[in-house]
Amino acid sequence: MVHEKTSIVLAGVGGHGVITAANILGKTALKEDMTVYVSEVHGMAQRGGAVICTVRMGKKVSTALLARGTADAIVSTEPIEALRYISYANTHTKIITDVNPTIPFTVSVSGEKYPAVERIFDEIKKHAMLYKIDAMSIAKNAGSVITKNIVLLGALAAADVLPFKPDVLLETVLDNVPPKYRDINRKAFNGGIKAIKSLKTRSLK
Amino acid sequence: MEIISDRVGKKVLLLGNEAITRGALEAGVDVVTTYPGTPSSEIADMFSEIAKHATGKGVDPGFYFEYSTNEKVALEIAAAASFSGLRALTCMKHVGLNVASDAFMTYLYVGCRGGHIIVSADDPSCHSSQNEQDNRYFAFFGNAPMFEPTTPQEAKEMTQTGFEISEKLQLPILLRTTTRLNHIRGPVVLDKLKKPRGKGYFERDPMLVTVPSTARARHPILLKKMREAEKISERSMFNKVFTIGKPGEIGIVTSGVSFNYVIEAVEMLGVDTRILKLGMTHPLPRKMCEQFIKSCEHIVVVEELEPLLENQMKTIAYDIQSDVKIYGKSTGHFSRLYEYTPDIVVNVLSKIFGVKNPLPPVVKTEVKLPSRPPALCPGCPHRATYYAAKKASPPGTIYPTDIGCYTLGKAPPLEMADVLLCMGSNAGTACGFAVATDQKIISFMGDSTFFHAGIPAVIDAVHHNHDCVITVLDNRTTAMTGHQPHPGTEYDGMGRPARVIKVEDVVRGIGVEHVEVVDPKNLMETTKAFRRALEHKGPSVVVSKSPCILLEMQRKKKTGEKTSVYVVDQDKCTKCKTCISRFGCPAFYFAKDGSIHIDESQCTGCGFCTQVCPFDAIKQKDDENIGG
Repeated sequence: MVHEKTSIVLAGVGGHGVITAANILGKTALKEDMTVYVSEVHGMAQRGGAVICTVRMGKKVSTALLARGTADAIVSTEPIEALRYISYANTHTKIITDVNPTIPFTVSVSGEKYPAVERIFDEIKKHAMLYKIDAMSIAKNAGSVITKNIVLLGALAAADVLPFKPDVLLETVLDNVPPKYRDINRKAFNGGIKAIKSLKTRSLK
Repeated sequence: MEIISDRVGKKVLLLGNEAITRGALEAGVDVVTTYPGTPSSEIADMFSEIAKHATGKGVDPGFYFEYSTNEKVALEIAAAASFSGLRALTCMKHVGLNVASDAFMTYLYVGCRGGHIIVSADDPSCHSSQNEQDNRYFAFFGNAPMFEPTTPQEAKEMTQTGFEISEKLQLPILLRTTTRLNHIRGPVVLDKLKKPRGKGYFERDPMLVTVPSTARARHPILLKKMREAEKISERSMFNKVFTIGKPGEIGIVTSGVSFNYVIEAVEMLGVDTRILKLGMTHPLPRKMCEQFIKSCEHIVVVEELEPLLENQMKTIAYDIQSDVKIYGKSTGHFSRLYEYTPDIVVNVLSKIFGVKNPLPPVVKTEVKLPSRPPALCPGCPHRATYYAAKKASPPGTIYPTDIGCYTLGKAPPLEMADVLLCMGSNAGTACGFAVATDQKIISFMGDSTFFHAGIPAVIDAVHHNHDCVITVLDNRTTAMTGHQPHPGTEYDGMGRPARVIKVEDVVRGIGVEHVEVVDPKNLMETTKAFRRALEHKGPSVVVSKSPCILLEMQRKKKTGEKTSVYVVDQDKCTKCKTCISRFGCPAFYFAKDGSIHIDESQCTGCGFCTQVCPFDAIKQKDDENIGG
């Protein structure tokens, strides 16, 4: 399904590899000869803070920023960050998130509350299409937790929103890492694909 | 490195900032200077990387690059390069131009020789800044030709052609960018790299010495140059009219990244219009604007922050006696606050064009989400310094702070930040509080900030004997902006060994009598040092020295040194919460049963917490180490 324009929101926490994932999408779109813009966050926005990157690609794209309600997919490295950017979603938006929370320090220090994850998922389901996967475990099985972002990219590739095939994206993923880490990253990516496929089969039954 | 690729015509994905670097390389830039500041930093960081890459291979990078002491020094060095006939680029964040403004204003009077681009990276919405000032005013204030790019590709083109125009006009060019240009990646087509000129030669010219008689003679020359600049603006490829559909009654005037949102909105709304897209925004192409105004009955001006284009459009409309209606900030359609987004522009244009806003209603969640602000890293030495200073100080102590990671000490539980204006203001305000109150004062600034703008206020404190404690958080780097070197580090921006200037030597040289040099990793000693400093009548300086934990972790990774993490001994822990509620290391957390634990993936093994815990309940994890 190739749209004129594909808009992806990548959310997470500083250190989760959100910017890397966004750039991999950007590079892939460029290879496929599309116009692509990627927004990044730097400086004060890092240091463990909430991170959002946006990627927009297609035939005719003018900006990396997207209007609220127009995301094709929101990919998040943890549950509340997926919900934090729900304003970018509409009922067709696919929200792909890791199920494992990263509790912000404000919960322990300032007594803020991290909602029950089921509550978060119910809320997301009210507004959009939820695809929750255990990206952390898949990454661990692949060989390293730091490949969680790659698991999520694999998941995104299998969710029928990207204007290119999973193989093309995987190629960029592998180009982006030193040869000795290629196997781990391939496993992580394919793990993400598999997780989404099994979700789809379950929902068909 | 892709950025120095000589594959002409190749399309690469570059950050707006990297595109500016590339543009300067394609123009054969000779001298590049900066003081790092988000969102401008990557422009200079790329030059630094390229220089180090070349040095590593034993070749000359062709250009000179430095992280200067501050923006004013950076501008002066680049100006001298230009006076010597070389091409120069100086980049900084918007507030950096405040620091450089003294040089900037008179530099425009004398003008440049070699082309000189001054990049101001503005930050609408204050993503990482203390204000959202609109630096386009500086172009008006000082009479500088100005360009505002919309995309990385255009940023590269403007940088490259900017050098030509700068040399033609003999004026430095202000390249005004915003965060959503600097930190957006987009496709950029590579052109040929140009060989730099090498060494320049300075020829004496009495007109470069701005004594009053020269300045008076120079001012009319500057105005004449700006009239020439206006002619260039009229012909500039960066000023363009786009016709969408049939030209209607309503026209849109826009510049910078707002143009992208306008295009997006117009497409989404499906309206016919004409768009005057201004890339060279000072001086404006007056004739072009006149014609555009004449061709419309209504004009919408879309620009972030201040109504500069809007006010100029009104002036031009008045001058040509047009009764065109101009919509923008003065009509309440657009805000002078914060950055714009496509939906803001869609919403306003839908009202003005009288069409339905096609965007779905914005989804809001009722679930209250915990905030996730940035925090001092686990193992950050600043946290330890703050903890010690807080312990040492009596109630009512004032903590002036400064620009850097340590501003994050404002957050609970440390709350060690009371006042912040700008780079260096901690020490200046500390002096002021010493005059105005009888309260105790401990101010904080980083090492890079000390060199940048902190020293003059320390001199003031010594000369006037202001009773305050000035702390320099010396973490051996410019951390917040991406770990750039500074005058206190062993290497310069080109990776060459550099003479280290020690903070303690400087303050002793200035005449500070009470100087404490401490390692914050020793909490007891640091606390005692702060107590002694507070007892001292008159100014004292505490230099709290410990490298940024991120650099430490990088170093360990390189050397293979192991990091031993810490764990909470549940038998000894009384849940007094000192580690969380007072020290606030983000690696600590409460488990569901209320017990306190350390997240091993976050622990950096600094061990400060063992000195904080009153019950000796934190210990190094035995037998098991995590690799650094």
